[in-house]
Amino acid sequence: MSRTVSSLGKDLVGLEDLSAEQIQAILDTAEPFKEISERRIKKVPVLRGKTIVNLFMEPSTRTRISFEFAEKRLSADTVNIAASGSSVVKGETLVDTARNLEAMRIDMVVIRHGSSGAARFLAERIPSNVINAGDGSHEHPTQALLDFLTIRDHFGRIEGLKVCIVGDILHSRVARSNIFGLLKLGAEVAVCGPMTLLPKGIDALGVRVFQRIEDAIEWADVLNVLRLQLERMKGGFVPSLREYNRFFGVTTPRLQKVGRDLLILHPGPMNRGVEIDSDVADGPHSVILKQVTNGVAVRMAVLYLLAGGAPEQAEAAKREGVG
Amino acid sequence: MTRSILLRGGRIVDPSNHVDEHLDLLIADGKVVRIGADLESPEGAHIHPCDGLVVVPGLIDVHVHLREPGGEHKETIETGARAAAAGGFTSICAMPNTDPVIDSPATVGFVAAAGRAAGLSRVYPVGAISLGQRGEQLTEIGELVDAGAVAITDDGRPVMDSGLMRMALEYAQTFGIPVADHPEDLGLSRSGVMNEGLISARLGLQGKPNASEDVHIARDLLVAELTGGHIHLQHVSTRLGVDLIRGAKARGVRVTAEATPHHLLLTDEAVDGYRTDAKMNPPLRTEADRAGVEQGFLDGTLDTLATDHAPHHYDEKEQAFDDAPFGIVGLETAVGLLLTHYLHGGKMNLSTILDRMSVQPARAFGLSGGALGLGAPGDVTVLDLEREWTVDPSTFRSRAKNTPFAGAELRGKAVLTVVGGRVIYEEDRG
Repeated sequence: MSRTVSSLGKDLVGLEDLSAEQIQAILDTAEPFKEISERRIKKVPVLRGKTIVNLFMEPSTRTRISFEFAEKRLSADTVNIAASGSSVVKGETLVDTARNLEAMRIDMVVIRHGSSGAARFLAERIPSNVINAGDGSHEHPTQALLDFLTIRDHFGRIEGLKVCIVGDILHSRVARSNIFGLLKLGAEVAVCGPMTLLPKGIDALGVRVFQRIEDAIEWADVLNVLRLQLERMKGGFVPSLREYNRFFGVTTPRLQKVGRDLLILHPGPMNRGVEIDSDVADGPHSVILKQVTNGVAVRMAVLYLLAGGAPEQAEAAKREGVG
Repeated sequence: MTRSILLRGGRIVDPSNHVDEHLDLLIADGKVVRIGADLESPEGAHIHPCDGLVVVPGLIDVHVHLREPGGEHKETIETGARAAAAGGFTSICAMPNTDPVIDSPATVGFVAAAGRAAGLSRVYPVGAISLGQRGEQLTEIGELVDAGAVAITDDGRPVMDSGLMRMALEYAQTFGIPVADHPEDLGLSRSGVMNEGLISARLGLQGKPNASEDVHIARDLLVAELTGGHIHLQHVSTRLGVDLIRGAKARGVRVTAEATPHHLLLTDEAVDGYRTDAKMNPPLRTEADRAGVEQGFLDGTLDTLATDHAPHHYDEKEQAFDDAPFGIVGLETAVGLLLTHYLHGGKMNLSTILDRMSVQPARAFGLSGGALGLGAPGDVTVLDLEREWTVDPSTFRSRAKNTPFAGAELRGKAVLTVVGGRVIYEEDRG
């Protein structure tokens, strides 16, 4: 079967590799797909006959399920592979796993892996489309895309907005994808967190750095609050969760102080009372659940475009399929 | 007894004896016996025409990993020595971080014997500083030296305990050998896999900051100064590290130090794309650091060129960046890289290159060689300075192919390697 060249190229490894136009096209394509999930029968024949493998070498609930819904609602055939209970625990290398999947004639692989660069590594070695569902501390492009869609839904634009990413930037793939993508879309980007969790050289990427959360809140239109992985405490990056909440937590008193509304995003899963207080997470300016809903639409858009679909035909394709 | 060898018509460049002229050179019974114009060929001598070629003291690499015992799928003493011969090196010093570690007279003897049995480049064992390279207790350094060790190091595992480093630098003085150190503060480098900086921030890879190396270079220099011992600093990669060594040399500290071809020629940009063939320790650093290492190499602060030849099986490098091991091979590319970028690049003359690749390494590790005077060992490398070639790892004698220089177009190559008057490598002249 010959493969159609998609408008995104063969793979979606990261937003660093995409142009602003390509990112906009994904967001625009996601719009018509939103409606599918609101139907009584949530299924269209867009990817009928396509075989997709969800290769999750690291635990994931939200992202894996979101991809699976997106695939199933587009009528693809899907197989899930998790690291535990597979040949991976028997010592098989990533190359061998990939080659074996390829030998079964698949069309796409969605990969989550603990090592930065793993998605690209796979993409360079197999002809199937590869979608990065998070590689180490590198990128998590579909998460950032759903963040962008959610921000755009709220403000009607992204250009000119001030977005601050708060927390463990050093180890965060969500942060990197957000930084690369938002800068391309014309937003102003900042990061905020303890210096131990900010990568050296981050300012050279073109972002502003805040060391105090109060200053970040004062500056920003949007806060994207990252999960503080509990193992960071063991690594000595922060002295205690209590102290983290006290100095870096996004709390109602801090938000009230600026006297204007900030949009609050969080990629989940949340540590309530650590990086974000419950009343903020559940409050009127939190769009955390809208992010989850948008995640399915954005992933449908990515699958559709990589399969060779054209952005302007997404509406029609919902009825006809890509072919 | 081997046949005598007459190298006829070449340009002899011997920095130790300030020689740079067209002369013949005769080796008999393993030693240089005559140097002069138009030498007569003794009966039965093997004559090698060297017109248009350069005859130099055999090159020496004081920092190679031969992986035997325990890592024979990556390299063996024989394949490593064969790679050395093909790269123009007549002597190599084998690092002790094998499995088991070279930390006893028996294991030192094994490496020496396997090197002799291979009958190629001379293989000198380097023993460990501490038992099992665990950083706790000194090895029997005197016994290691008696068994053939020419230096000690815990290379690959830095000596974190400054007190142990002091003991090593004091105790080793009795036996007249240098203590070599891989300077790295593991507390600062943590789980780093590349240089800490803009590229690591972009790629989402954990970084090793310059300070992780600088702190230990400073520590080693201070402890060497305290003890009067000879510290040999391995594979220096930072600008500040070079400055620290320069200052220590000016104060009279007994320090010698290495530059590697990759730290002279590449920066952390080579890692972009998660290229595991650019993953090494210390990591490739920024252009400012590369330039600093180069300055140190030019002015002699970094007196010794060493490849840190670190073979790995291709399966091990064919992994995600975090999971791939550190290190690249270097024996078969070093001469070509140095001649191309430093001699032909107009940065260094030939005799200074030979100083860094033969004279100083011999001096630092107390090895015979490094000169071509009468009575010197018959260890000779013949270079074709103009030979143009492309680095093709599939032709390497080394069992490993992991190099970031694959495809590099180079000018200059070793075409004949002679050890103890015996030809161990001869380039097909096609």
